Amino acid sequence: VTPTGNSSGTNNPSGTGDDAGSRAADQGQEPDEVLDCRGQRCPLPVIALARRMAEVPIGTVIRLLADDPAAPNDIAAWSRMRAQQYLGSPAPHILDIRRLT
Amino acid sequence: MAGQRSIDDAPPAYFDAASAAPLHPAARDGLAAALADGWADPGKLYAQARRARQLLDAARAATAEALGIRPDELTFSASGTAAIHRAVDGLVRGRARIGPTVVHSTVEHSAVLNAVAAHVRAGGSAVPVEVDRAGRVDLDAFTTAVGGPGVAAAALMSANHEVGTAQPIAGAVEVCATAGVPLLVDAAQSVGRVPVPPGWAVLTASAHKWGGPPGVGLLAVRTGIRFAPTLIEGADPEPALPLVVAAAASLRAVLADAHAEAARLGPLIDRVRHVVAQTVPDVEVVGDPVDRLPNLVTFSCLYVDGEALLHALDRRGFAVSSGSSCTSSTLQPSHVLEAMGVLSHGNVRISLHRDTTEAQIDRFLAELPGIVATLRAEAGVVDL
Repeated sequence: VTPTGNSSGTNNPSGTGDDAGSRAADQGQEPDEVLDCRGQRCPLPVIALARRMAEVPIGTVIRLLADDPAAPNDIAAWSRMRAQQYLGSPAPHILDIRRLT
Repeated sequence: MAGQRSIDDAPPAYFDAASAAPLHPAARDGLAAALADGWADPGKLYAQARRARQLLDAARAATAEALGIRPDELTFSASGTAAIHRAVDGLVRGRARIGPTVVHSTVEHSAVLNAVAAHVRAGGSAVPVEVDRAGRVDLDAFTTAVGGPGVAAAALMSANHEVGTAQPIAGAVEVCATAGVPLLVDAAQSVGRVPVPPGWAVLTASAHKWGGPPGVGLLAVRTGIRFAPTLIEGADPEPALPLVVAAAASLRAVLADAHAEAARLGPLIDRVRHVVAQTVPDVEVVGDPVDRLPNLVTFSCLYVDGEALLHALDRRGFAVSSGSSCTSSTLQPSHVLEAMGVLSHGNVRISLHRDTTEAQIDRFLAELPGIVATLRAEAGVVDL
């Protein structure tokens, strides 16, 4: 399996990034941006998230797309270790994380 | 990089006793003696056969005594896994009239989980009970599950094979006695190392975890337990007689030293836990720090690829195991680490045994920080 994700890391999801600078959103969990790490094996999605998280403002919600079976567990564990907020997985291969610190 | 240096300067260190401990000298001696003296068919009626039968009976008696049971409560299996499958099968069939449910912790060995899954596929049901961050089962939830309707059996391991955490067996024994549910204890990591609390209904173990030969599983079923395993002729043959003799001889030998070995290895593990946490940045040392196996520790290194770490350690002469998904054939992360909610990538398990020396641990602790730092530098994650 070769990585198929956007290796530069980020893009704006259509429909969420266009009309709001930082969307505080309906359920408080609407992502501000999407990081596509599908096709990447752990720890690569965790590394990509850590890199991007350092660049975004506090409060930003990043939606991570990752299909590695270890990703949900390891993203949740990383969030705990790094005192960020893991918001959960609204659907398979989708993980939402908010920058807290 | 460190991994490309020659390892001529340092003898290799085998740190994977939880998978298979090196053969104990008593096992080798017992095997040789039994091959020389116990080669005849023990079922026949002549002197050579009687000698083989005596060896087998003595091995069974010694093993039963080591487990604190009667010889007729002990069966030898072709492996620990075979013993576990027979244990689950025997309990659920023996108690089919009571109900279809098996209660088990989420961190049981895959052999237990697979046996339970087979039971579920055959129409049974299962209630998994969660563990905490240290990997210890929630005894209140376990109590509730065992007290539910239609519980045929409960399964709780003595101590976890991946993180070392001891399970509350004494508490589970009480809970199961109150509910009238037989408790299966997979004691593969404990037998020969640490005592297993009494009161279980069925216990399984595996000789090559304590330094016995491969191919010998133990199944102990206490008298009075309803136990009715499927009998398929030839499906689970008894191990060859010399292997049973070797298993018994090595169990007796390791038990004689078990207390001293635990007292020797326990502090080495304490040191690994402490020093790794101090010298490797962004590492999570997991499992219970105190109530645990004396010879096993697991930790996960953030942003490090588990497979790359195992190979780097192997090049430096360290044989270790990992629960990281990239090191498994299925690419699934360890179900134990997942159940605990701890980092699964960059994971290393080291499990010690009677041949482990303090010098090996010194060398491991001296080299590990550099190996991890090199891998992180290569991955460009040093400042994350």
